[in-house]
Amino acid sequence: MTVTPGWYMALAAALFVIGAAGILLRRNALVMFMSVELMLNAVNLTFVAAGRELNVIDGQVSVLFVMVVAAAEVVVGLAIIVAVFRRRQTASVDELAELRG
Amino acid sequence: MVELVLFVAFGTAALFGGITMVWARNPVYSAMGLMLTMFSVAVFYVSNAAHFIAVVQVIIYAGAVMTLFLFVIMLIGVDTDEERRENIPFQRPLALGVLALFGAGVVVAGRLAWVTGPPAGGQPINGTVEAIADELFRKWVLPFEVTALLLIIAATGSIALALFRREVAE
Repeated sequence: MTVTPGWYMALAAALFVIGAAGILLRRNALVMFMSVELMLNAVNLTFVAAGRELNVIDGQVSVLFVMVVAAAEVVVGLAIIVAVFRRRQTASVDELAELRG
Repeated sequence: MVELVLFVAFGTAALFGGITMVWARNPVYSAMGLMLTMFSVAVFYVSNAAHFIAVVQVIIYAGAVMTLFLFVIMLIGVDTDEERRENIPFQRPLALGVLALFGAGVVVAGRLAWVTGPPAGGQPINGTVEAIADELFRKWVLPFEVTALLLIIAATGSIALALFRREVAE
């Protein structure tokens, strides 16, 4: 029984759904952020598996770009979380409801 | 055979890490679960012959990004008393329903589109530094330069956030 790229894609889909569950069900901004990272990782795994399936290396190059974007996003996002925490003393996204009409 | 054993072992570890991340009340446990998942994904990269990407995954994700997360958890403190009550009524069942629907959609789409036979070439392309750089600096050189711009913007943005915060505190 050989492991085909489809198996990796199925696993990546499962990881993506778990990450989406984290976004929808958790209120802690940090954990929601980690869920975004998990979803990005699942997509990266899909890229690599598809690149193997199609016998091209572009999938791995795309993963490199996704990683750079994710690193930039983490820096800015965590800075925003820390800035919000300094003002409001909370990391819960439900507390941030000032803009409600 | 080796790949099958690796897939089963680290696939279980990846799913366990992901579920731990969503389930744990303590953000430190969430970070540990995510780290486990990232290491497992690095193993899958090696199984797919993406050796350079696996190294980058371990250094950037499991190393730098997770250290940053743990650092911020240390900075803002561990907040374990997250309320289970939702502000929006029916949000939780609705969310679970949407997720189930999404999972089913992925399975249906996968039946149609996933080519699950063995790879055409047999042996996958070896993702060495040389092979990736060859592609990156020929075909993808313009996106690569744009990435540099993006990194500068991100660094400037976080510095601006830090400066702005000091002004507010005074």
